[in-house]
Amino acid sequence: MSELPLRAQLASALGKGAASLSRAARRGDGSVIGGRVALKVEPGLLGKLSRGRRLTLVSATNGKTTTTRLIASALRELGDIATNEHGANMPTGHITALAAKPEARNGVLETDEKYLPQVLEATSPAVVVLMNLSRDQMDRASEINLLAKKWRESLQKSEAHVVANADDPLVAWAGLGARHATWVSAGQRWKEDSWCCPDCGGHLKREPEPHWECPECGLARPEATWSVDNDADVVITPDGQRMKLDLGLPGGANRANAAIAMATAVTYGIHPKQSLPRLREIRSVAGRYTSVVTNGVEVRLLLAKNPAGWLESFAVLGPPRIPVILAVNAQIPDGKDTSWLWDVDYSVLGDRRVFVMGERRTDLALRLETDGVAFDVGDDVAGVVTRIKAEQPEITKVDVIANYTAFQQIRAAYGRVQ
Amino acid sequence: MSDDSSVLRIVWIYPDLLSTYGDQGNALILRRRAEQRGIRTEVVYVYSSDPVPVEGDIYLLGGGEDRPQNLAAERLRSDGGLKRATERGAAVLAVCAGYQIIGESFGDDDDNPLPGVGILDIRSGRGETRAVGEIVAEVAPEVGGGTITGFENHQGRTALGPSARPLSRTLLGIGNDGSTEGAYQGNVLGTYLHGPALPRNPALADLLLSIRVGQLDPLPASWGERLHEERIAAVM
Ligand SMILES: [Zn+2]
Repeated sequence: MSELPLRAQLASALGKGAASLSRAARRGDGSVIGGRVALKVEPGLLGKLSRGRRLTLVSATNGKTTTTRLIASALRELGDIATNEHGANMPTGHITALAAKPEARNGVLETDEKYLPQVLEATSPAVVVLMNLSRDQMDRASEINLLAKKWRESLQKSEAHVVANADDPLVAWAGLGARHATWVSAGQRWKEDSWCCPDCGGHLKREPEPHWECPECGLARPEATWSVDNDADVVITPDGQRMKLDLGLPGGANRANAAIAMATAVTYGIHPKQSLPRLREIRSVAGRYTSVVTNGVEVRLLLAKNPAGWLESFAVLGPPRIPVILAVNAQIPDGKDTSWLWDVDYSVLGDRRVFVMGERRTDLALRLETDGVAFDVGDDVAGVVTRIKAEQPEITKVDVIANYTAFQQIRAAYGRVQ
Repeated sequence: MSDDSSVLRIVWIYPDLLSTYGDQGNALILRRRAEQRGIRTEVVYVYSSDPVPVEGDIYLLGGGEDRPQNLAAERLRSDGGLKRATERGAAVLAVCAGYQIIGESFGDDDDNPLPGVGILDIRSGRGETRAVGEIVAEVAPEVGGGTITGFENHQGRTALGPSARPLSRTLLGIGNDGSTEGAYQGNVLGTYLHGPALPRNPALADLLLSIRVGQLDPLPASWGERLHEERIAAVM
């Protein structure tokens, strides 16, 4: 990396300085501010920092932070890597991540959906991982059909190998723009955004699961070489081998994320037998799935930012005797529009104790009332747990599902747990 | 759809094309507020590949992106069921993109006018800027008065013809043009309050129900009324 032009070296050093300053000033983890300073000095820096490396970009509406972490863990088999593990997923965050590891030959970068085309062009990655697209923060995000179209167009101009979810029609259509692809049957629990053909608008035929095809233009699900058997907790590799997953992360979405990580690792020459044990070691990702103990109760934190995320979270809840706390805010990072609450079916919570909290708990309260789900209102996790403990001393575990800023507030209250 | 005439039939038009963000909420709230009063209901989902039944009581149309919106307008026009249902006295609530397509015309991506279903005397085009944010408006006294609250997210600007009346006067946000919000004509109602417009406005839900079932018993105030007050207080 020493052949990096002087200006780029300077910018990279400046960026690192700013990142340490930001950390020292406790303004955050430093990943964004460092990159921002560096970008001002050298606009072509992202491309320069990427040169000579084998990079993977990871994008999706949900699960990109977790999958980036899984892939990073698998790639460490080959030595040090560059990665934006704090979730700073725009170009400034990418610059900080790459500048921090000038010697790392390999890297994996979580990439914001909107920035994917731009980052793809700047970094010429070896691999692009695409998992799912669904409605998310509509007051500030792009329409997802438009996003998929931009993904597809930028992949048509790229040499990158795509590892993508064949079961999500929008993602598959985007991925079919690439010259080389590995298709993973990663499933799609939330289907409300893929009734229509991404290519012609026709009504998609969606059975038998996971098959889909458009009767009007013929677009169809690409044949997947990787798949997951959720009931057996098994991943099935392209040569038909069934490998027991036994992950530290819960749920079907994470089995799919693991399959995608293993398929990505194979493009780096890492055999599933080498990558899988590394994936198993991960038990939480930036506070997601982690547990904190308060008042003798183990409180597990689940992050869910949109309808598809809430559906996945419901699927990993503990048995009905375990109460659940739902927390919703509507700050700018959450989207100021809470309409999406009405896209989620809450009746599955009817058999457990439910609490609502957060700035928009009244929206949640009306939503639950409408689905006939009984609930109580709380102010914070500690208060709710104290109340549960007083009324049901036998309870030892509680699940929390929160959207972005609500999640970060809870996490901060317990010391920014990882 | 059942042929039992004592059942209130709520018809959700094209959930595959016109459902961007919580549009289902309107059907859920109508059903709940009817059933709380002992009125039996049936919610019928009509996909764009199906014919639109004419025997429904309340028809709901949601929001949609540009291409699905054009497709929905085209299919509704050639199907004809929605228009016939309104001629038989059915009530309609159309929000956002759905509001535009039940009018005489609306703008495509390049703002060329496309023909609408023609059950509401409005014409919509594209504005200079996108209207995104909370909206509060004062409802016309002839349709019950009071205040409505919601969230708008659209680039449309809508002009009313002589047969349509403004649903409300805008206090915050843009609505049709910055001064009025929504429109009504007979039993047909349209609004830029997108997605779940009825959950935040229980009185508007009851207005739609009363078109088909007549005078309603009042319900005790609950979370819907509280949310209504809370949202207005938060933004005004
Ligand atoms: Zn097609």
